[in-house]
Order: sequence, then C-alpha cells, then structure tokens
Amino acid sequence: MSGHSTYQPKTGFERWLDARLPIVRLGYDSFVDYPTPRNLNYWWTFGGILSLCLASQLITGIILAMHYDVGNAFNSVERIMRDVNHGWLIRYMHANGASMFFIAVYIHMFRGLYFGSYKAPREVLWLLGCVIYLLMMATAFMGYVLPWGQMSFHGAVVITNLFGAIPLVGPAITTWLWGGFAVDQATLNRFFSLHYLLPFMIAGVVILHIWALHVVGQNNPTGVDPKSKADTLPFTPYATVKDGFAMSIFLILFASFVFFMPDALGHSDNYIPANPLVTPAHIVPEWYFLPFYAILRAVPDKLMGVLAMFGAIACLFALPWLDTSKVRSMRYRPTAKLYFVIFVVACCILGVCGGKLPDDPVIGTMKTFNLIDADLNSFVWLSRISAIYYFAFFLVVLPLLGLFEKPLPVPDSIAAPALSHPASTPAQATAAPEMKG
Amino acid sequence: MGDDKDPNRRDFIYIATMAVAAGGAVSLAWPFIDQMNPSADTLALASTEFDLTKVADGQQVTLKWRGKPLFVRNRTPAEVKRAVADDSVSMKDPQADADRVKPGKAQWLVLIGSCTHLGCVPTFGGGDFGGWFCPCHGSHYDTSGRIRKGPAPLNLAVPEYEFLSDTKVKIG
Amino acid sequence: MLRKLSVIAAVAGLMMGGQAMAAGHPHPPKDVQWSFEGPFGKFDPGQLQRGYKVYREVCSACHAMSLVSFRNLGDKGGPFYDAKYKNPNDNPYVKAIAKDYEVADVDTETGDAIKRPATSADRFVSPFANEAAARASNGGALPPDMSLLAKARAGGPEYIYSLLTGYEEPPAGLKVGAGQHYNPFMAGDLTAYWSGDHKHVPAGGFIAMAAPLKKDLVSFDDGTPSTVDQQAKDVTAFLMWAAEPKMDERKQTGFVVMLYLLLFSGLLYASYRKVWKNESH
Repeated sequence: MSGHSTYQPKTGFERWLDARLPIVRLGYDSFVDYPTPRNLNYWWTFGGILSLCLASQLITGIILAMHYDVGNAFNSVERIMRDVNHGWLIRYMHANGASMFFIAVYIHMFRGLYFGSYKAPREVLWLLGCVIYLLMMATAFMGYVLPWGQMSFHGAVVITNLFGAIPLVGPAITTWLWGGFAVDQATLNRFFSLHYLLPFMIAGVVILHIWALHVVGQNNPTGVDPKSKADTLPFTPYATVKDGFAMSIFLILFASFVFFMPDALGHSDNYIPANPLVTPAHIVPEWYFLPFYAILRAVPDKLMGVLAMFGAIACLFALPWLDTSKVRSMRYRPTAKLYFVIFVVACCILGVCGGKLPDDPVIGTMKTFNLIDADLNSFVWLSRISAIYYFAFFLVVLPLLGLFEKPLPVPDSIAAPALSHPASTPAQATAAPEMKG
Repeated sequence: MGDDKDPNRRDFIYIATMAVAAGGAVSLAWPFIDQMNPSADTLALASTEFDLTKVADGQQVTLKWRGKPLFVRNRTPAEVKRAVADDSVSMKDPQADADRVKPGKAQWLVLIGSCTHLGCVPTFGGGDFGGWFCPCHGSHYDTSGRIRKGPAPLNLAVPEYEFLSDTKVKIG
Repeated sequence: MLRKLSVIAAVAGLMMGGQAMAAGHPHPPKDVQWSFEGPFGKFDPGQLQRGYKVYREVCSACHAMSLVSFRNLGDKGGPFYDAKYKNPNDNPYVKAIAKDYEVADVDTETGDAIKRPATSADRFVSPFANEAAARASNGGALPPDMSLLAKARAGGPEYIYSLLTGYEEPPAGLKVGAGQHYNPFMAGDLTAYWSGDHKHVPAGGFIAMAAPLKKDLVSFDDGTPSTVDQQAKDVTAFLMWAAEPKMDERKQTGFVVMLYLLLFSGLLYASYRKVWKNESH
C-alpha cells in the first residue's frame, strides 16, 4: 500500500540530492520500507526472479550483439562459440536464459491465476503483465531466428505465413514483414533490430508493472487485504532475503542447463545452416510456444486456427472481467481449485501435443474412427479436447463458478490467524496456522 | 530489523553471505569484461611474408600488418653509417642501431609505421635527423627510427620478424 | 535465395539426404560409453588424435570442416594440445599439419590468384570449392560439413557411431536405387520401397554414402587395433570435439559454479532463517 514516506536523508549529500531528485527516497520507499504482507509464500518470489532473468538477458544480449554479424549470421554465432573469449558461456546463458525466463513467467502467471491476483483493484497490473508476456513472445520468436539455423528459418517462414490468413490484406502484410518474396536477409536484418529494441520496451512496461503493484499493494495467499501494520513487514530485509534465496535456487537450475545440458531445450536441426529448399522433417517452435502451436494446429481452417491462437492470449487479457467470484484466492474456492488443476494439466498436454506430429497416434498404434480430418486416437484430437477445455475454463467455468460455488470461510486478516497463536518466546518461529492450499 | 542484537553489529552469517555474493559478482563480471578482449581468431598470429627484391636501395615499402602500417626500408650505406654514429648520443629511448636490425642485415630496417606519440603515420625524409617525421605533432626520428626530438616517448617499434632467406622475410 | 541448382539435384539430395524426409522409424542409436559423457566427462586427447587421423585420411576427401581452424588442434582440450605451447599458433605439430595443405590466396603484388601453404591461422581446407562441385562429385548428394555434425543430428555422437557401424545388407524385398545404400540407423521411411509385409517395414532409410570404414583402413600411431568399431568411435569423438571444442572447459567451469551456488544458497537460507526468526508468517 502506498503510504507516507519514512525516508530520512542522513548525510548532507543525501539531503541535497533529495531536494533535487528524490530517487533515493523512491528506492527506499519502494524496496526498503515498503510494507509487504508477511504471509507471502515462495510463489511470490518469481517477480524478483523475472527481474533477474530480464537483466541477464539484456546484458548477455548486448554482449552477443557486439560479436554477432547479421550478414554472416550462422558463422558469426559459431565464431562466438569458438573464438570469442567466453563466448560459449554468454551464448548458452542467453539461449537458456530465454527458457528460464519463460519457466519463471509461466509459474508467475499460474500463481496470479490461482491466488486471484488479477482481480480488482489489480486489473491494470494484470493487463500490464499480459503486455509484458506478449512482448516476451515477440522478442523470443525474433531472437530464435537470429542464429539462422534450419529451425530459425523455417519457424520464421511458418509464423510469418500465418499473417497470410488475414482476409484481403494478409498477403500484403506478409510481404511487408518479409521485405521481399520470402524470408531472407532483409527479414533477418529487421528481426535483429527489433530484437534489440523490444527488451527495452519490456523493461519500461516492467517499471509500469511494479508501479501499478505498489499503488495497490501485493496480493497474498489468503486474498485478504492487509488491515493493520501487524499484517505487513518491511520489504528489506524480509522479502529481500527470501527473494535472494529463491533466486539462488533458480540460478542452480539455470546453471545446470547452461553447463551440463545446454542444448537440451533446443533442437538439433538449428545447428544446420538455413536452407530454403530443404524443410526439416519436423518443424517445431521452442518449447514455450508449443501450447499455442498445438491450438493453432487443432483447428482445421488456417484463419480460424490463427484466430484461436490469438484468442487464447486474448482470454488472458479479458480474465479480470470474466471471473465473477467475490473470493480472491482459490485456497478458499475448492471447486475452482479443481478446475484450475485440470487447467494446468490441459496446458501441459497442449505443450506436449505441440511437439508431436499431429497425426501420430497417442496410444500405441491403435486406429479408431475418423472425425473432422483426423483419427480420434491422434495428437490433433488430444489438442482439440485440451484446447476446448482451455477456452471453457476462461469463458464458461470462471464466469459461472463465481455465481454458483460455495467458498470456504475466508480469514478476517492476514495476521489474525497468526496472532491467535503468538510466539510463546521471541525465539520461537510461529508457522501460520491458516488453511494451506 | 527484527534482530534483538545491536543493529550495528552485523552477524557473521550476513557478512559471510555478502562476501560470497561480492566474490561471485566479481567472478561473474570477469568473462563479461574479457569477452571484449581480442578473440582467438584475431590473435592467431597473422604473419606476412615479404619479398625484399621489391625494395630498391634507399627505398621504403609500406605494408599493412595486423591492421597497422609496416615500413620495410632498404637503407643506403650512408643512412646506416649515420644511424650507427649516433649510437651513443643522448636520446629519449637509447638503443644501438645494431639492436634494431638482424645481424649481418643492417641495411634492412623493419618498423611499425605508427608514431609512438598518438599513432599517426610518419613520413620519410622530413625532420632534422634524416629519418622520419611525424606531421601531427612534430616528432623527429633518425635513420634507425629512434625518437630524437618531439613529443613521442619511444622509438618506432621493431616487430618480431625473421629472414627466411636472403630475399624473404616473415614478419609476425 | 535464388539458386541455379537443377531441381533434379535438389530432389536427389532430398531423397538421399534423409533429413528432409518424413520422420521414419530408424533403429534407436546404440549406447556407447564416451570419455566425454556426463558432468565430469573429458575428451581423451589420444582418441582425438586417432579420430583426426580417420577424418583426415578417410572423411576429408568428401566432407568439409570449414568452421575448424588448424590452430584449434592445439587448443586446450584438443588433440594436439601441448602445455609448453599455450598459444596454439606456436605449436610445431600444428604448424606442420597446416603446412601439408594449400590454401587459395591473392598475390599482393600482381593480384593473381595463387596457392600458398596453410598456416595455423587458416581454416581446414574444404575438398570442394562450392556446393555444386561437391554434388557433382558425389552423384548429386551433398556430403554435409562436419564442423557441427555431432550437434546437428538427433542422437548426436551415438547416432553417428551407430550409422558408421550399422551398415548391413538390405533385406530381400527392399528396392535400393542406384547410388543409395541401406542403413537401419538412417532417418527415413522405407514404406514406398518395400514390397514385403507392410506391418514390418524395415527400420531406417537410404544414405548416399557407402560404408566408409574398413578394418585396418587407417593405421593408428599408438598401436591401437584399427577395427571398424575403433575407427568409428574415434572419429565420432573427434567430431564431437569439432562441434564443441569448449566442452571440457564448460563442464569444469560448471562444477565450480555449482559448488559456489550450493554454498551461496546455503548461506542465503541461513540468512533467511535468521532474518525471519522472530516473525510469524
């Protein structure tokens, strides 16, 4: 909650600066003294982790751009890997950092969904987050094209061809995107420029996102607003040290990819230089796009598939107005919790489907009957069922559930359950006895 | 701070954590700084071979080597004599002429043609010492390429080179 | 990219390349224990030297390796690394190997195209001047550049080893075209060429390369018996090194980084517990 600033400049220099540009005051109010709910769990550390990912991608990216040669793209990346001092480290950090960024953002988004962090008064916060997510996807897509491998090239061909589905202006837009008759050097040049630009726009929207957060204050696992000072703790050192610990665990995961399985999340075909005349056996985007790829391929019509894919993202934007529940946190909404778990499973299934050939059988080699161009025992039908659930969750379940569900009783305040079991001696830590879910 | 001790007395665990964090940050920063140093393919000794029959008596050829100009000069006996005669004269960067050429090949002078002041390319024939003159800030070099007058601090540099035969040198 | 390549050459390349064919059902690759496997794996310089010999005497007749330079052979972790010559450009073994090859250059005086002996700074010499020449010499098929081959194929070194040692006689009923060879580990779908039971289409696909290795084809200087299996293992290890020369350095750095992060996480956790000791949450 934004309250009165308690910053007291101590030295003469601090007072001088504070009177001219109160930036230290801003930093203090936002990250030192800022009242943070005391019951935040580890799902709340992913905001800090995401900032770390953004910083890492920016720094490694700027360094890579010092060595990348857009006119000799594939070879310049190999030059970075072989000849540039520590180039392999910086390249692998950047490539795997993108995957880590998406792992963190999906956890962050699922957290928001579960605990109702998108509900009033946090709608703008949620929308800014969706904008960041869109920018991240655009950035990652363009970044993957830059090494100019087979997947880079043919992935760009597939995605830019999607725009051809738009009636009337589609082909003109596609040609405009390409800068030519096909994906070629002109396309690569502009992708490089935009890939460098977009992360700074992400940084700007992140600042708005944190600003919007600080106006309304953090949500917390109970979904109950802080009512008194007993409910909160200053951000530093309490949240700082918890975020720091979570970041170091995250870094262990990051390091295990970078140093021991750096190509595990990529595709071997991208180590083949791009060849417009040869299409890879199996074009797949990076793993974080697979659910949307599955939705795209689930619909037999090209234009409807594109609309479905973008519609899936549009659902996120509409979410604050779709959910009718008066209770924020799904901890106290047992029915919603069930639907949510199925939703997460559906997203994972969509991800798996996106990586498979649509006509491949799901169970063994069993052949059943054909429905809408595909056998029922195929990944395309599994995608269809999961995609239907995805849209139903947003458009049917959440709007209706709020009207008919019977939520559990919500605690009065954050600290009340804790203070009703106070620490008997200051040395004892008291675990929050509120119902965990 | 929630700590019931004197807040000015930081506990060991906090100091240790911050020290380890600082150490990690420095170790992480090093590769990011070092990556701007010349990369392995740049460092791969680019050497140039040169056929000396191309350089007539009293003539000088300028090549490009490692991105910089390289002077290969076929000195006249008069130039060599003048250089040796000045060996013991006081100068900013004292060096005998014999130390700047290969034994038995005193007529051949190989120099990096970059003024040791701020890097301009000196021209032969100007200046007061019969050698090179740098027009940028007026450094005078003698017939051995040694700095004699002007702001340059050091003699024109002699690169690593060897004679592959009487008429061929390999520089670098 | 407009290419003047004939469509026939492209189609032939597609048929024989395998990579572009519909994903078939090749045999899963054989399992091999590599010295460089696992988080503590390292290249074995002796194996890399033998592998380089196989590459040089057998493979380099058709396959380029244009991203590798002679000096890389003397880099740390490479086949001819000598601690005495930290700068691989000074390594006499590397210089000698380079001198065996000629590279195109321009005479600085006349501007004519000439050939000069390679130095350690030069890249490995390609057997063919360009793709068209490579295809013309190989019946329309393009022998892929080997610089990244071990990373560019699903299954990596296991796949390459399996392919090299996996050639076998095609089963009766399989129509093998001219210039093609059957290999059960090659990607491909042989349904169209199989006249037998369609429930048992043979695994694998066609590859334009004939089995390249034979017993005693390359004599190893360290006396290791030169079986096809040994040659295949050694050249595959060399290809893995060529694809990722920094692997040793990567794993060693990783070990130190992991130790640091575990220590740092421990300290941060202790700090966290200490900061939160008297607060309920």
